[in-house]
Amino acid sequence: MSEALFEQVREHLAPVALDATVAHGTLALTIDPANLLDVVRALKDSFGFDMFSDVTAVDWPEREPRFDVVWHFYSTRHFARVRVKTRVPLADPTVDTLVPLYGSARYMERECHEMYGIVFRGNDDLRPILLYEGFEGHPLRKDYPKHKEQPLVPYRDTKS
Amino acid sequence: MSTPGHRAAPSGAFEYLTTKKDEFVGWARKFSLFPYPFVTACCAMEFMSVSSTLYDTDRFGAALPRFTPRQSDLLMVVGTVTHKQAPILKKVYEQMCEPKWVIAFGVCATSGGFYQNYAALPGIDKIIPVDLYIPGCPPRPEMVIDGIMKLQDKIARERHPIINDRF
Repeated sequence: MSEALFEQVREHLAPVALDATVAHGTLALTIDPANLLDVVRALKDSFGFDMFSDVTAVDWPEREPRFDVVWHFYSTRHFARVRVKTRVPLADPTVDTLVPLYGSARYMERECHEMYGIVFRGNDDLRPILLYEGFEGHPLRKDYPKHKEQPLVPYRDTKS
Repeated sequence: MSTPGHRAAPSGAFEYLTTKKDEFVGWARKFSLFPYPFVTACCAMEFMSVSSTLYDTDRFGAALPRFTPRQSDLLMVVGTVTHKQAPILKKVYEQMCEPKWVIAFGVCATSGGFYQNYAALPGIDKIIPVDLYIPGCPPRPEMVIDGIMKLQDKIARERHPIINDRF
């Protein structure tokens, strides 16, 4: 089924893929952030991965580089999924934007930006989308205090 | 002897009654609640259930939801309120005319429930006064009906200073 397609992808991307394994029926590619645009363009144009499902990040506080950035793509022609992973450090958590390839990346990159502080180079609209203006920090990072609130409306004095 | 067009009151009829003004006004007011449903989350399902035919809040005079705060006197906050939504809730509350009451429907509106994080407001009483809390995730319709009846008791016991000043 998808195995033949995955084998072709693996062969084609062998020079840039640091790792390419099939896990739970999904091809997982690990790449260097510098190769992101080339890899995704190849997936989209040559292998029919025409749907951008999601972009998110994983925080590994003890590890250097600290963040994984993870993209998921789906092929509506081959009914196959592929996952692309890359690592970025805390000092410069920057990857290229995928907005020129997939318009739907725009909102999801905004969410990933506010939740993890990943910067998407080339996305000119990284305003908060689920959070609000003035929110400080990135709440899904492991070092964000669990109970820290940033209320917009001052609390009432409930003691009187 | 009777004149045409005039009818005497039948004997034994109810010609007058005595009561306290506050009690009378409270009794009238408690069966005329106009809820504004501020519905944000899954408790809405239970709200729909309790307000429709099977449980029927119309029996308590609290059936007709008004979708503008200016025409309502009972703010029902149904569901989780986030920090991002808190200014909207505050504005809705401030637009309601006196007298007004607030019900926190469900545990999220009561205390934030199991949300203790960056996103959720830990209880709407942090920003607006609340008359009645109905816990539960979601509350049973019977609990909501019990809550409405408790609120009616509270309204019936209240003093009504405007009326007292005028009469």
